Amino acid sequence: MHWDWAVAAEVFPRLMAGLVVTVQATFVGAALAYALGLVLAILKMSENRAVRWTVYWLSEFIRRTPLLVQLYFLFYVLPDLGLFLSPFLAGVIGLGLHFSTYTSEVFRAGIENVPKGQWEAAKSLNYTMAQTWTRVVLPQSIPPMIPPLANYLITMFKETPLLAAITVVELFNAANIYSNSYYKYLEPMTLVGALFLLVSIPSAYAAMWLEQKYSRRN
Amino acid sequence: MELIVEFYPLLVKGTLLTIELTVVSAVIALAISFIVGLARLSRHWIVRTLALIYLEFFRGTSALVQMFFMFYVLPLLGISLSPFLAGVIACGFNLGSYGSEVVRGAIKSVGKGQSEAAHSLNYTSYQRYRYVLIPQAVPMMIPPFGNLLIELMKLTALTSLITLSDLTFAAQIIRSQTAMTLEPFLLILVIYFLIASVLVGFTDWLAKSIAKRRGMTPVRTN
Repeated sequence: MHWDWAVAAEVFPRLMAGLVVTVQATFVGAALAYALGLVLAILKMSENRAVRWTVYWLSEFIRRTPLLVQLYFLFYVLPDLGLFLSPFLAGVIGLGLHFSTYTSEVFRAGIENVPKGQWEAAKSLNYTMAQTWTRVVLPQSIPPMIPPLANYLITMFKETPLLAAITVVELFNAANIYSNSYYKYLEPMTLVGALFLLVSIPSAYAAMWLEQKYSRRN
Repeated sequence: MELIVEFYPLLVKGTLLTIELTVVSAVIALAISFIVGLARLSRHWIVRTLALIYLEFFRGTSALVQMFFMFYVLPLLGISLSPFLAGVIACGFNLGSYGSEVVRGAIKSVGKGQSEAAHSLNYTSYQRYRYVLIPQAVPMMIPPFGNLLIELMKLTALTSLITLSDLTFAAQIIRSQTAMTLEPFLLILVIYFLIASVLVGFTDWLAKSIAKRRGMTPVRTN
């Protein structure tokens, strides 16, 4: 089996089109994971024990089961219940939901690390709840959250190939479709691996730089 | 309920295969974690570089891509792996890269004085790691290893895409034979959750029992 540049050249534009979908899925999924994660984090800190308990076990359930099965669930089960999602939408919802259970821990830790005195100071200055959050708590808790949230973005990028299982034509599926039609596996799969490295290694170093930047400030 | 009765053998087989895949790839991942993690701390730059290349390669690409590469591309290069072998190697090698960072981090976090003390007692490099650094680092590795074990268990679901009949595959079979969707997928989600919860319990027990044993014999570790 030898490397065939002609095959590589032929498959490359398809992979680029797939990479665009991969990047879109990553960012939309991440936006969802961050938003839902914040909601989960706030609910996990609720005063109400029943709410805390429910949210804890719900997120443990999502965290302890495979993303692939969750994607199948969204893709196959929801239409039977009358809810039709496009494969892409089912994919990003799956990604966002799965990783919101991870990001919620980042948010929770970030918020809990704000000293109690800060809350009390805001209260004694007669700040409203909104003011306390936007002017006191969030400005202090967000910077340390940035590096771990960036790392989850990279993790989600690497999980996007699972969307192929629910027919989304992202980077990996673009290669897989080509491979299955022409029985050429070496070039497409190798290129997919190379493209993943090309994106994820620089991103990982960028995340490390963020980590150093924000840990120095504190 | 009828579903469970009718497809009972398929589900049991799938559950057993998922457990088997998890255990075998966990052993591979553990071995790689130590080999690569220790290699990253080597005195020889070439060993360190090779370990770093391994880490960046397996951590930087997607697990599914690695699995397909092992299953579809390696045979073209003359290395034929069975689906089971391709699955456990892909899962083990992938998680091993994350595990190597746990090993390296835990060993580096053992106080520098410990390493210097071993040097001053004229310990060889092997003795220093075997009797001083690794025993102190292991308790710190348990919690992150526990998290990785759950990730590993979830990763085995991907082997259904390279023809292995694990739990996820069983659900797909039931779906295609009965056109039921909610029941099979909800059922296997619960089974996955139960397996994961047993693994969480095991990790907690291990962490506690190690702490307890170390607590009773502080002389040996400090």
